[in-house]
Amino acid sequence: MSQPIIKILHLYARDMNIYGDQGNVLTLKKRLEWYGYQPEVIEYNPGDKFPDDVDIIVGGGGQDSGQNRTQKDLLSIGPKLKQLANAGTPMLMICGMYQLFGKFFKTSSGEIIEGIDLFDIETYGKSERLIGNIITKSEEFGDIIGYENHSGQTFLGHNVATFGRVRMGAGNNLIDASEGARYHNVIGTYLHGSLLPKNPAIADFLIEKAITKKYGQFEKPTINDTIATMAHKFAMRRPR
Amino acid sequence: MSKPLVTILGKTVKHIAKLRGGGSALPGLVVERIDPQFIKRTLAGLPLGVVVISGTNGKTTTTKMVVELLESQGLRVFTNRTGSNFTRGVAAALLGEVNLRGELAADIAVLELDEAHAVHFVDAIPPRHSLILNVMRDQLDRFGEIDHTAGLLRHIAIKTTDSVVLNREDPQIADIAKSLTNQKVDYFGLSDNLRSLFPNDDELHAKTTKSSRIVPAGVVLDNFDDRFATFVVGDQTLQTSLKISGIYNIYNAAAAIALVHSIVGKNLNQSRLIKTLSSITPAFGRGETIIIDGQPVDLVLVKNPAGFRLGLQSFNPDHHATMIAINDNYADGRDMSWLWDVNFASLTEYGVAQVAGSRAYDMALRLQYDDVPFSHVDTNLKRALKHFLIVNQHQPKRIYCTYTAMLTIRRLLAKLTDVEVAIK
Repeated sequence: MSQPIIKILHLYARDMNIYGDQGNVLTLKKRLEWYGYQPEVIEYNPGDKFPDDVDIIVGGGGQDSGQNRTQKDLLSIGPKLKQLANAGTPMLMICGMYQLFGKFFKTSSGEIIEGIDLFDIETYGKSERLIGNIITKSEEFGDIIGYENHSGQTFLGHNVATFGRVRMGAGNNLIDASEGARYHNVIGTYLHGSLLPKNPAIADFLIEKAITKKYGQFEKPTINDTIATMAHKFAMRRPR
Repeated sequence: MSKPLVTILGKTVKHIAKLRGGGSALPGLVVERIDPQFIKRTLAGLPLGVVVISGTNGKTTTTKMVVELLESQGLRVFTNRTGSNFTRGVAAALLGEVNLRGELAADIAVLELDEAHAVHFVDAIPPRHSLILNVMRDQLDRFGEIDHTAGLLRHIAIKTTDSVVLNREDPQIADIAKSLTNQKVDYFGLSDNLRSLFPNDDELHAKTTKSSRIVPAGVVLDNFDDRFATFVVGDQTLQTSLKISGIYNIYNAAAAIALVHSIVGKNLNQSRLIKTLSSITPAFGRGETIIIDGQPVDLVLVKNPAGFRLGLQSFNPDHHATMIAINDNYADGRDMSWLWDVNFASLTEYGVAQVAGSRAYDMALRLQYDDVPFSHVDTNLKRALKHFLIVNQHQPKRIYCTYTAMLTIRRLLAKLTDVEVAIK
C-alpha cells in the first residue's frame, strides 16, 4: 500500500536559496516521512510551468541578482499564488520572498520593485543592516527563534497580521515590534536559522494544514523532538 | 614624537603585552594611534614592494606557502605571521622585526588581510602584487552579502599596481579581471576532471555561466591523490609530494605557485620551489595532525558551507572516530543557518562519536535530519573532548571544528602532548 502523497513546491530553488533555506524544505520532507506520508519536492524556477497540484509552498532569500531574475516570473504566477492562499494552502516565505509577497520594495536609491500584493506590507531599503539572533513570541507558536540579516524594513498594513512580536532583535523594522506577516495559512518572516528545524511547531502547522486540506484529517503521531527542544533552549540563551 | 621613539615605545608595549600574555594586536594599536604613518613608511622602502593575499577561505595557509616559496628563492620576506590579519596586526608584526631606526631587513612583504580591512589598507598602501582566493559565505553576518564581499576584493585588485592573480574557478573572482586595465592578470585553476569536486555556493543551486573557465590559467592543479599532486605550470608539468592535505589546501598551493611566479618571473628556480613545496606543513589548525596516545587526531577547521563540504569530501571517515565542535562566538559567525547548506550523508555509515560546542544541539539536530547517528552531545567543549579521547582511545580520530572551538581544542590537546613538536 503506497503512502499518501504531500507535494512541497520549492519556489525559485535555484535563485532564492541561501542561509539555510534548504533546511526548511528538508524539515518538512523528513517530518512528513516520520508521520507516514510520502513527500514529493518540486523545484520551481523562472519559466517553469506552475504545477496544478501543490500542498505546501516554500520560498527563501537571495542576493539582489537572484531577486532580479525571479521578480518578473513571480508577478506572472502572483494571481495563482493568491488563489491558493485564499483557498487555505499553507506557505512559508523567508526574507527576500517575504518582501516580494508584499506590495512593493522601494530600494534606497528610490527604485520601486513591485511585489504580488498577497501580504498588505511595504518594504523600504535602508542603509543599516539588521543582523543577529532574534527571538519573537507568538500566541500560536510560543517562542520563535532564528537569525535575521536584512536591510529592507517592512511595515504592515491593516489587512495583515504580524507573525510574532519581537522579544530580542529588530524584526520587520526599527519602529514597531512586529516580525513577519500572516495571511490565512501563509507565513512571511525574516527568520533564517533555518527556521523550521528549531521551531518544529511551525513545521507541524504547515504540515497539518496541508494534510487536512487534502485528506480531511490528520492524526499526528508522536515523534521525538528532544534534540530540537534542546537546540531551541540553547539558542534562546545566545546573545544577539 | 620622533620616529625612533615611536619604535622604542611600540617595542616596549609589545614586550609588556608578551609578558602579560596579551593579544598580538595591542602594541600595533598603540603605534597606530601615535604614528599613523608607521606602517606606510616602513613598507615603502622594500625593494620588491608589498603583496596582499585576500579572500574568504584559506588565506593563512596560502600566505604561509607563499612566504616559504619566496624564501626558497633567496628572498627575505616580512609577513604578519601572528595570524592577526588586521592593520593593527601588521603594525604589531612590524614592531617585532624593525630595528630601532624603524628599518625592516626584508626584500618583500607578504600580508594576509581580511577583505574588509584590506580595503582600507590598499587605499593607504597600494600593493605591487595581489592574490584573490575566493568569495564564500563566511561570517557574512559581519559584512553583509556575498556580492558586497566580492566588491571589496575587486577594490583590492584595482588598487594593485603590477600583477593580480585570480581564482579562475570562482565566477565572482574571475569576473574581477573585467575591472582591471593597468595590471597584469594571471589565474590559477583546476583541470576539467577536478572541477566537479569544488562546487561553489552558486553552483549548489544555480547554473552559473561557464564562460570564465575558457581563460587559460598560469597554474592548473591537474590531479592529486593522498598527499601527492600534479600541477601544470605554463607548459611544464610539476609533480610533488605534499605534507598538506585536503583538496582545498592543495588547490591553494596552485594559487601560491601562481603568485610566486608572477613575483619572481623568469628567474624562478623550479627545483628549489618544488623541494620547498613538498616540505610545507599546514598553518596552525588547518588540517594539522596531532598524535595523542599513539593515535593521530586530525583537526579540520570548518568556517562555512563550502569549506565544510570540502572537508567532508577530503577525508575518508572509514576507521576514524569523528567529532564535530560548533561554536557561535563572534569569530565563528553567529548565524547557524550555514549548517543546513552542508550535506552530512557521508558520515551516515560510521556515525559521529561526539558533538560539541556552544551550538552542539544545532549540529546534532542537523545530523538527525540527515539520518546520521551520533553518540554524545555536550555543549561543554572540554568535557566533550575528554570523553571523546577516552572512549575512542585506540582509534584514529578526526575533529571538525569552528575557529574558536579549534583554539580551545588545541589548547586542551597541548596539555596532553607537545603540539608544536607533534605536527607531522
